[in-house]
Amino acid sequence: MKHTLTPQRYLVLLAVTLTAPIGDALLTRGMHDIGVVDLQHLALLWHALFNPFVDLGILLLIGFFASYMTALTWADLTFVMPATAFGYVVVALLSQFWLHEHLTAYRWAGILLIVCAVGFVANGPSLTEHPELNRMDSGAAR
Amino acid sequence: MIAVHTTELRAWSCIFGVAALAIAGECLIAAAMRRVGDLDDIRAESGLLGAIRAVLTNPLFLIGATCMALNFFALLYTLSSVDLSLAGPASASLTYIGNAAAAKVFLRENVDRRRWLAVLFVCAGVYLLRK
Repeated sequence: MKHTLTPQRYLVLLAVTLTAPIGDALLTRGMHDIGVVDLQHLALLWHALFNPFVDLGILLLIGFFASYMTALTWADLTFVMPATAFGYVVVALLSQFWLHEHLTAYRWAGILLIVCAVGFVANGPSLTEHPELNRMDSGAAR
Repeated sequence: MIAVHTTELRAWSCIFGVAALAIAGECLIAAAMRRVGDLDDIRAESGLLGAIRAVLTNPLFLIGATCMALNFFALLYTLSSVDLSLAGPASASLTYIGNAAAAKVFLRENVDRRRWLAVLFVCAGVYLLRK
């Protein structure tokens, strides 16, 4: 195993971490503008598509999926997983500083644990090397 | 008494179902992306459309994406009968642990002590955040 992360790849992981929670927060903000959608008022979902917060939220969630899949081409699933979990921390911090919600001591402890988890994994190698598969690939290429 | 047990059994069956679909979806997508290779290289060779085509024509990706879509609907179904405060952290934690085990067995990733510790910390962290 070796460490293969370049600054550009760290940026992709940062995108994985930030786009999902910010996208979710924007969707929530936009759907608050739209109001309650029930079976009798499904047309409201069409109106939601013209809300700038919803549009930006959808764009960020597409960005999340693209960056997540890109990361999986050069990093292990177990390496990328804590980066996605860090999204919970971003949501908690957004709710504290943007939505002015109160964070309890339990939540701060949860944030600390997830930050530690990301630290453990980020210090290790990003990809498991499979020498026998690489040999097979180079053999097939010949 | 029996009704309580049946309700609990149903709730945990739903939670395990949600987690199983997420694990299957994420592992299949990870396997698909490993086969596709570095997207930057593909984009340099065949452009953005070529990279998108390489991903969308991979059968493992299509099955994985289907599992993720089913996971979304299974979560909606679960939330209709199980409290979010139980379903959220329980399904997220089971998914993290299951992903680590599945990545070791099926993707042959080197899930060493450091990564197991990270998974356990994430599970505990998710539980505390939802408390």
